[in-house]
Amino acid sequence: MEWLNAIVQGTLLGGLYALFAAGLSLIFGVMRLVNIAHGDLIVLAAYLGLTVTTATGMHPMAALVIVVPAMALIGYALQRGLLNQTLGDDILPPLLVTFGLSVIIQNGLLEVYTADPQTLNAGALETASVAVGGVALGILPLLTFGIAIAVIWGLQWTFYHTALGRAFRAVSDNQDIAQLMGLNRRHIFGLAMALALGVTAIAGILLGIRTSFDPSIGGGRLIFGFEAVIIGGLGNLWGTLVGGVILGVAQTIGAKIDPGWQVLAGHIAFLVILAVRPNGLFPRISG
Amino acid sequence: MPDPILQTRGLNSFYGDFQALYDVELDVGEGEVLAIIGANGAGKTTLMRSITGLLTNGPGQIHYRGQDVSRLRADEVAELGLAMVPEGRQLFPSLSVKENLMIGAQVGRKGPWDLKAVYDLFPILEERKDQASTSLSGGQQQMVAIGRALMANPDLILFDEVSLGLAPIIIKDIYEALPGIIGEGMSAIIVEQDITKALSVSSRVYCLQEGRVSLESASDTVSREDISRAYFGIE
Repeated sequence: MEWLNAIVQGTLLGGLYALFAAGLSLIFGVMRLVNIAHGDLIVLAAYLGLTVTTATGMHPMAALVIVVPAMALIGYALQRGLLNQTLGDDILPPLLVTFGLSVIIQNGLLEVYTADPQTLNAGALETASVAVGGVALGILPLLTFGIAIAVIWGLQWTFYHTALGRAFRAVSDNQDIAQLMGLNRRHIFGLAMALALGVTAIAGILLGIRTSFDPSIGGGRLIFGFEAVIIGGLGNLWGTLVGGVILGVAQTIGAKIDPGWQVLAGHIAFLVILAVRPNGLFPRISG
Repeated sequence: MPDPILQTRGLNSFYGDFQALYDVELDVGEGEVLAIIGANGAGKTTLMRSITGLLTNGPGQIHYRGQDVSRLRADEVAELGLAMVPEGRQLFPSLSVKENLMIGAQVGRKGPWDLKAVYDLFPILEERKDQASTSLSGGQQQMVAIGRALMANPDLILFDEVSLGLAPIIIKDIYEALPGIIGEGMSAIIVEQDITKALSVSSRVYCLQEGRVSLESASDTVSREDISRAYFGIE
């Protein structure tokens, strides 16, 4: 029963990792940009949530109404103002620039919020649980998993059933020809980043309710996001959810064996899958 | 000649330090079909890329309906009513046939061309509308590329090497369909290696040679000798 519990908890944790990863996957899919600052943007969203909740007394989940549009705006401005200039045939400039951005965000957060660990106070939601067949399921992890499914379904639907999604795919396929069709790729990339950071905002708030956070934890979230994307296969959002679940389960099982093994077990699962299936489990796009 | 819809004046185009076009002067009249011929590497595709805004040009070098469009981005040029059927078709592989056509309408210009009109012109595309564009034959892909450009309801449409890589029978079909396509008062530039085809559908012809205009003539009166001289540069 304890093992079953570990697997179930790991699966639900995977929902959070999938949310970390969805934004990364989206950005890479549309513009081949690897965003090293993604983890720090998640943490930034958590801090924005902290500011909103302390200033207004709102529940953190209600604060999403403000934090999601705020992060989307930041995303659009960041893409139009900075990241578009780095995109081209060379993949190095965006890596370097987003790495620099990561350092700037971390230090900016440190300056404004200090290094003290913070949490978002979600009241009863943090501890509420339901017992299903002898396993206690936390309402928050269940909610997180449900939100992850809804977000991925929503992104998938946007990609394949809307004019915006068509534009994303067209620009991803061939930027020049898309431009000939009247699509301004700089604007489309801005919208993609806005959407990605909107998802990041959700991830950041859920992270902040679940655990304490400080300005330095972005790197770790980035790694988990990356691993979920790579395990699932590039360009496949449902694969990303599966990747997140595999990572989450590996971590909780590792922790069950020895609490010190939690993170290591996740990395080992990642390496094993990479060794067996270098393109991930369900790849859609190559390299 | 009727008022020009497109004019280039002293057009010089570069790929980095390499100059591909030298002082190209070209006029396309309203409703006119213009052919551009020339050997490989003569600068035909570069000219198309300059006109559509995919290459950056110097100021004042390209005018569209009297407006200087030389510095506009490709999407801004497209909104003014200029569409291109690119060389090698270049459909979007992750979009279905129907989606490829719909993205052509992205510029939001009103006119006779919509999905139904394109399906009427190429009925096979309606049958294949939900298939991946990559699953079609070369000729069908060319139909999608033409349909995609028409969906923008352009005033000027550029055909870049539409017959390249297609079977002769398909090329014949496409050229037979062209007058019907261009008939609606649209102007067109047809870039073509097949000189006979190019002359048969156009009213005037320009020949490019090493980035320069080497011949400008009416299509029905131009002689073979003039063309081979302009084409190969043999005196």
